[in-house]
Amino acid sequence: MSSTSHDGYYVPHGSYWPITASVAVFVTMLGAANWLNGSGGGSTLFVIGLILVVFMMFGWFGTVVKESLAGRYNAQVDRSFRWSMSWFIFSEVMFFAAFFGALYYARTFSIPWLGGEGSNAMTNAVLWPAFETVWPTNGPADLGGAYQIMGTWGLPAINTLILLTSGVTITWAHWGLQKNDRKQLIRGLAATVLLGFTFLCVQAYEYSHAYHALNLTLGSGIYGSTFFMLTGFHGFHVTIGAIMLTVMLVRSVRGHFTPEHHFAFEAASWYWHFVDVVWLGLFIFVYWF
Amino acid sequence: MSTDAIAHDDHHDEPAKGLMRWVTTTNHKDIGTLYLLFSLLMFFVGGAMALVIRAELFQPGLQLVDPHFFNQMTTMHALVMIFGAVMPAFVGLANWLIPMMIGAPDMALPRLNNWSFWIMPFAFTLLLATLFMDGGAPASGWTIYPPLSLQTGDAFPFLIFAIHFMGISSVMGSINIIATILNMRAPGMSLMKMPLFVWTWLITAYLLIAVMPVLAGAVTMLLTDKFFATSFFNAAGGGDPVMFQHIFWFFGHPEVYILILPAFGIISQIIPTFSRKPLFGYASMVYATASIAFLSFIVWAHHMFTVGMPLAGELFFMYATSLIAVPTGVKVFNWVATMWKGAITFETPMLFALAFVVLFTIGGFSGLMLAMAPADFQYHDTYFVVAHFHYVLVPGAIFAIMAAVYYWLPKWTGHMIDESLGRKHFWLSVIGVNILFFPQHFLGLAGMPRRIPDYALQFAEFNALSSIGAFIFGLSQLMFLWIVIKTIRGGQQASDQVWEGAKGLEWTLPSPPPYHTFETAPEIK
Amino acid sequence: MSLKQLSRRFGVLAGGGLLMSSSSAWAELGLNMTRGVTSISREAYDLHMLILWICVLIGVAVFGVMFYSMYHHRKSRGAVPAQFHESTTVEIVWTVVPMLILIGMAIPATRALIAMEDTSNADMTITVTGYQWKWKYDYLDEDISFFSTSSTPRAQILNDAEKGEHYLLEVDNPVVVPVGKKIRFLTTAADVIHAWWVPDLGWKRDAIPGFINESWATIEEPGIYRGQCAELCGKDHGFMPVVVVAKTEEDYQAWVSDQKASAGAAAASADREWTLAELMSKGESVYGTACAACHQPSGEGMGDMFPALKGSPVTTAGPVEEHIATVLKGRTGTAMAAFAAQLDDVDLAAVVTYTRNAWGNDTGQLVQPTQIKSLR
Ligand code: HEA
Ligand code: HEA
Ligand code: HEC
Ligand code: CUA
Ligand SMILES: [Cu+2]
Repeated sequence: MSSTSHDGYYVPHGSYWPITASVAVFVTMLGAANWLNGSGGGSTLFVIGLILVVFMMFGWFGTVVKESLAGRYNAQVDRSFRWSMSWFIFSEVMFFAAFFGALYYARTFSIPWLGGEGSNAMTNAVLWPAFETVWPTNGPADLGGAYQIMGTWGLPAINTLILLTSGVTITWAHWGLQKNDRKQLIRGLAATVLLGFTFLCVQAYEYSHAYHALNLTLGSGIYGSTFFMLTGFHGFHVTIGAIMLTVMLVRSVRGHFTPEHHFAFEAASWYWHFVDVVWLGLFIFVYWF
Repeated sequence: MSTDAIAHDDHHDEPAKGLMRWVTTTNHKDIGTLYLLFSLLMFFVGGAMALVIRAELFQPGLQLVDPHFFNQMTTMHALVMIFGAVMPAFVGLANWLIPMMIGAPDMALPRLNNWSFWIMPFAFTLLLATLFMDGGAPASGWTIYPPLSLQTGDAFPFLIFAIHFMGISSVMGSINIIATILNMRAPGMSLMKMPLFVWTWLITAYLLIAVMPVLAGAVTMLLTDKFFATSFFNAAGGGDPVMFQHIFWFFGHPEVYILILPAFGIISQIIPTFSRKPLFGYASMVYATASIAFLSFIVWAHHMFTVGMPLAGELFFMYATSLIAVPTGVKVFNWVATMWKGAITFETPMLFALAFVVLFTIGGFSGLMLAMAPADFQYHDTYFVVAHFHYVLVPGAIFAIMAAVYYWLPKWTGHMIDESLGRKHFWLSVIGVNILFFPQHFLGLAGMPRRIPDYALQFAEFNALSSIGAFIFGLSQLMFLWIVIKTIRGGQQASDQVWEGAKGLEWTLPSPPPYHTFETAPEIK
Repeated sequence: MSLKQLSRRFGVLAGGGLLMSSSSAWAELGLNMTRGVTSISREAYDLHMLILWICVLIGVAVFGVMFYSMYHHRKSRGAVPAQFHESTTVEIVWTVVPMLILIGMAIPATRALIAMEDTSNADMTITVTGYQWKWKYDYLDEDISFFSTSSTPRAQILNDAEKGEHYLLEVDNPVVVPVGKKIRFLTTAADVIHAWWVPDLGWKRDAIPGFINESWATIEEPGIYRGQCAELCGKDHGFMPVVVVAKTEEDYQAWVSDQKASAGAAAASADREWTLAELMSKGESVYGTACAACHQPSGEGMGDMFPALKGSPVTTAGPVEEHIATVLKGRTGTAMAAFAAQLDDVDLAAVVTYTRNAWGNDTGQLVQPTQIKSLR
């Protein structure tokens, strides 16, 4: 690796995109914070910030695409991208780890303790006398009132199938790209994008069902908290992944990719697989057991 | 930017002119400079807050500030120092040095590099603005334990978002550093030939990517507990306030090694130079660093011995924590062995490095004492802990950073530092810092809790002494500022090698190095 | 503190430095950990001294070699650098030896820890509940229960009066316990996390809302033992002392019957009709301990954080029920706690009456304890 020549490692000139990105995210956060505090103008500022973010993304990625098409990126640059994307996904894994950790902790420690296990007999006897260790639970104080849990084998199982299938279609698309079969690439990608958005629609329906029919909300104790936090952030990542794939679809149609040179596509597909794997974790630990 | 413009995107040797050079730059040296200047500014902001704390604690009774503001100072002081001063300083050094040390033309992803820096001023605007809000700045300690932190006023979402923002910066910066080290080394620069500073940063960056997102997750749960009725940290809903502490310290403990590993790297560069002898035990240094990083993931609950964990947990965390003394000891012994039978001289960087070795080790010893759970039942949340972590952070991390600046500033600016001023700064600092923090051990043992604005009379004399030390140490840092400015503006011309015993790629470059270095990779034998 | 006092204290300090080696001087000057009055506190102390000395010895050895080399291997003394940079043998030695030392330390530490966690076979149990910013003690076997609040006058804190001997370490109602009995302490909290700590007992334990932690102590000598809250719990974290009074068994029993007698009298008074004057004077003292920390003695509050009660619509114009509800239930998500469990009917009636009539609020309305009872 270190034996490759550095000649022509692409070091771009000064760029306005990073500062634009900082301002955009700053405005978004400022807006969101004011909004949460109930101060005036928060929501407007938040939306302005988001628009700026989108503008910045188009601009920054647009520049990168142009540079890529102009052949500025040699093999070594490509490797930098690969390392970076891998480590970025690792950071996302750790982000989810925090929420899975919370779920694990609640189920293995705090709920049993509240129920009097270990050295916590007095916790249960004095503070929460009526509480028994069960999962799922909305806690000893019955926060949010009676609720029903989300079933496993209905919509969630369908969603699992959808995501697993999309993992296959994107791999199929990749094969197409590798053997320079643009038709297969585009069909595979289109199918993946379609499946991705279907997943999101199903999940949106599931949420509305939870809120309206099951009285299962963010406020339903630790079960509601972990359920919505994990599935919510996952859904957010599916959204990002689906948008990335849509962009890849557009670029495929425009013929940006060659069998040798298509890191952007691969990055998006890595991300998609990551989202897929997280879902399996969710399906097993949130819905199933 | 049009495709055409890109096609002509060859390197100029001259940077752009004016302010926009700094805003848009993709050059690792410029970005390194920005980081370092930002860090210096934050060091003074955080230091000024520390001086407010020390001034209030000079005598018993409430003199200057009310207790609520005092808690804001404690909280902000720590956040600013850790996230604003020490971390950016290390990233700044990484930016300046890693490409020059491994023979790379720049960082792997120069535009992303710019963004990592330019997040910081915005994130700190969010954070520092809270000082002026309804209910004041966050006041629940830098550890933001719920339920107390949920009582924060308007500052709350700003704090959370500021942490998210800084987290993005750290993760992006670390990704860049890893990609640079793994992918941009000059031919022949095998991993086991890399300077130790590069090694320690590789491992630090890995730690950062592993734990910053966990912190982001933790504060996100705080946010939803406050605003969206979740009950992660609320027993009534089946959660547990202590769960936050576990997640926080899963981040927090590796974080403290993030604050020290690059310092180990710096010291491992400086001691061989001024001992004129190769570093003793290079390979064991690398393995020790890796072991510390590995262990740092399984010791977090030593911050929580008093929360009432099951016995098995307490024992596990006690044993695992004490194990860290072994690889850290290896480092200390290696440094001493490097000096053994060398030909030592005592220029300013070396003075700071020597003080680091002694004072960091003292801080490490008190850490080991804290690790003994039954004794920690007494030490915990007292000034003994405050003394411990300031020994590893101030004469530890901060001294290492100053040593680094004195060591490489001639390379960066082309001017030698004013040695006699540097030594004065050293002696004032080393004396001041000990007057400041040593008595805090006694305060803690005698029973003074931390995070209090007022205290019982038996603690009066050591507090007064500590405050005097704080002002000696704090004001001496104005000297540091002056020396840096003076060196940037002029001084004796530095040679390429700068220091007689210096070895490594960066010392083969002119002082100051040209704007773009190693556009063709050097060959390492 | 006056300058003279300060300089005297520094004199002591300088003298103390010379005496450092003798351990009695250490104790007097408060340089070292207390040995305390329980078996646990002594184990903690012994462990502390053991590690301290191990660290000192290692320090002397390491720094000794380092300073030797700094002196003898100076370039200015003509030292010529050797070029060795490795030695597998020494590297193994200095990995293994610290390991052995650590094992040596872990053994007593493990023993002490196991002893500390064993709360079985206790003779009595006291529940300690942390509130912002006071402690509540419930004697589970005796039906005794009271709050314990700092009794240091504000004037001393604000430097308007000479500070007393136990400045910040004194309370209105200390927790009284017998010596020689194994006491089990159950710690918990009502609002945020606190930590109950008396150094002489040898441990501190976090008080966590929603959970109960168990610890124990057998105090060996009668005496007054002082400590503080040791977990940041908000504005007045520094003003939340703990005072334990350990008495002989007889004295303790006498105290217990005293407590029961006065509890009976208090219960009776809750049912009778109170006059405005009575309520106002009682209310002023309740307000001083329960409310003034936030709303200030003047009723003017503090900045944006803590609203003024003087002239507030809730305390003047609004219906008395809303006022009572605010105090009983608190305001969720703010520092305003629910006082229903903290104050009895008389206290609540008094403090509400007081806040409706003090500082020119002058509504003339008075609230009876019976009214509180019906609104609970
Ligand atoms: C740079 C930062 C840094 C570093 C390097 C360390 C290093 C260590 N720390 Fe420290 N620590 C902090 C920063 C740091 N710490 C901070 C900020 C806090 C407080 C956070 C808060 O609550 O706000 C804290 C708190 C803290 C606690 C919690 C105390 C409490 O709240 O009750 C504990 C407990 O175990 C601990 C232990 C250790 C140990 C065992 C090491 C070890 O790594 C030290 C190892 C080094 C040595 C031991 C010396 C050299 C070794 C030899 C010469 C070999 C031979 C020695 C022997 C065998 C004895 N630390
Ligand atoms: C890297 C981290 C770092 C650094 C460098 C420092 C540096 C210092 N810290 Fe600390 N500190 C922490 C990290 C750090 N600290 C942490 C993590 C906590 C725990 C917080 C918590 O409990 O949550 C803490 C808490 C803490 C406390 C305990 C507070 C409490 O418990 O209530 C104290 C008290 O003495 C203190 C003091 C100091 C002092 C005097 C310095 C000195 O070294 C500072 C040096 C001073 C200067 C550099 C001043 C320079 C400025 C001027 C000369 C004036 C210029 C003026 C203007 C521009 C207006 N710090
Ligand atoms: C820990 C601090 C604290 C203590 C102690 C405290 N309060 Fe409060 N109180 C507050 C805060 C904060 C608010 C504002 C709540 C809000 O924003 O709705 C408040 C609000 C009130 C209000 C409503 C005022 C208004 O204008 O909305 C009343 C009445 C009140 N408190 C009475 C009391 C009484 C009586 C006591 C003592 C028994 C007391 N408080 C003790 C913090 C405190
Ligand atoms: Cu209660 Cu600190
Ligand atoms: Cu730690």
